[in-house]
Amino acid sequence: MHDVIIIGAGPAGLSAGITCANKGLKVLIIDEYMKPGGRLLGQLYEEPNGNWWNGIKESANLYHQALAADVKFMLETPVHNLEKIESEWTVYTEQEILKTEHLLLATGAAESPIPVPGWTLPGVMSVGAAQVMTNVHRVKPGKKGIIIGVNVLSSAIAMELQLADVEVAALTLPKLNQLTSLAAQPKAVMDSLLHVSHMAPSAFIRFGSKLMKNDFMKNLGVTFYPKNGVKMWDIPIHLRKAVIEIYGEDQVEGVTLATIDTNGKVIQGTEEQITCDFVCIAGGLYPLAELAAVAGCPFYQVDELGGYVPLHNEQMETTLDGLYVAGNITGIEGAKVAMAQGVTAGLSIAVNSGMSGLDNELQTSIQSIKQARANAHIQFHPEVEEGKRIVQEHWEEFEASVANISV
Amino acid sequence: MSERILDHPVLGSLENTEEVSFTFNGQSFKGRKHESIAAALLANGVRTLRYHEENGTPRGIYCNIGHCFECRVKVNGKQGVRACLTPLEDGTVVESGNKLPTPVRDWSAEHA
Repeated sequence: MHDVIIIGAGPAGLSAGITCANKGLKVLIIDEYMKPGGRLLGQLYEEPNGNWWNGIKESANLYHQALAADVKFMLETPVHNLEKIESEWTVYTEQEILKTEHLLLATGAAESPIPVPGWTLPGVMSVGAAQVMTNVHRVKPGKKGIIIGVNVLSSAIAMELQLADVEVAALTLPKLNQLTSLAAQPKAVMDSLLHVSHMAPSAFIRFGSKLMKNDFMKNLGVTFYPKNGVKMWDIPIHLRKAVIEIYGEDQVEGVTLATIDTNGKVIQGTEEQITCDFVCIAGGLYPLAELAAVAGCPFYQVDELGGYVPLHNEQMETTLDGLYVAGNITGIEGAKVAMAQGVTAGLSIAVNSGMSGLDNELQTSIQSIKQARANAHIQFHPEVEEGKRIVQEHWEEFEASVANISV
Repeated sequence: MSERILDHPVLGSLENTEEVSFTFNGQSFKGRKHESIAAALLANGVRTLRYHEENGTPRGIYCNIGHCFECRVKVNGKQGVRACLTPLEDGTVVESGNKLPTPVRDWSAEHA
């Protein structure tokens, strides 16, 4: 019997597990992936102080801390159902059925696909897939790739691909359709890109990149829609062109690009072909909340957080007894925020398990989440603070309604 | 085509891991022990992991982290295994799914 079961061995789940175990609770962490670390594993970027954030090292560090605190792991173990039976949560895995009083969902995020004609060809993959291949498995996704979708994540991964000596021929927009909407409109994409300009790392200047972040900013400001696109870290970014087709016989051989107007509409007769052997699709991230839905959590759609999030409070509790959430399931943010949320969730679980004297520690940990958010290197959604406020408001409404019922 | 990243400016050199043998559709390949089957195949230049059950079009990896189920293959006789989540062992036998003799659409129409 485990006091706590955590689903997800990413930064949130590992931090929560370490926190709970250090408070004397018996913890089991389940993940369907074969390595602990979640998507932290693939992350690689240079921080403003010149240090590299190496997700593999950070993951290993958290994993070893968890093992040292006697946290148990079940990796390669998908969870497909949850059920509350009396006071216990039942967790159905492919291996066995487990029970616990405290269950934390730290399931992270998933990538939204962008359907483009030809996207089922081998060689087309999500941008996160290319990141995992390159940084975790150390296999190049191909020789030369095109990235469809210009956003914070795809810009960061384009840079990581370059680091690994994989050619990124261009970042372009997807063709406008009912599903792509904002991601296909140059103006909206331009606005969102302003949030990544600071990421141009000094290392690229050391590695011989001719473009510095100021030039990038200048290009954006001076010529808002340059005909041949702007370049970021020597990668052309085409905000006036969209991929209208991915072509190839048995696998990707190239893409057809067309010029689009400022509203994203294709201008006929402007089609050109770029050869490549892989294509990444970058549709952005959304909270992976299926298990919370199965459990019966109420949800709110909060665009500032990336999609539907289960209702939760600052202590990372949901409206369901013994069910907690932490990390990207509560909104799309970076690993450091997820780690801080994991600590808070762990402390909440300890408090609800009957441990006293943790109030100050819990309050401090809630403040640490806000601090991590304020200092985040990559802000996926610039309005994330607003998103968190909206969730908090819904929580207060929920509490008021419960109070009314009990009166 | 794809190749292994042996040296990386930040991540350093690739740790030496044990080399193992495996087969994919009867063909012999070498991979690294405990890497994902998807990574091992890509490092060998294999992009097509299966053919669509209904229309026979080739499919490869899409999400590489188990969400999309595009990379499902038969591993040591077990069907529907995700190549991106399954570690390679010595002697692993991997097989592609193929177009079904009776397309799903026809079958479901008859059994509606």
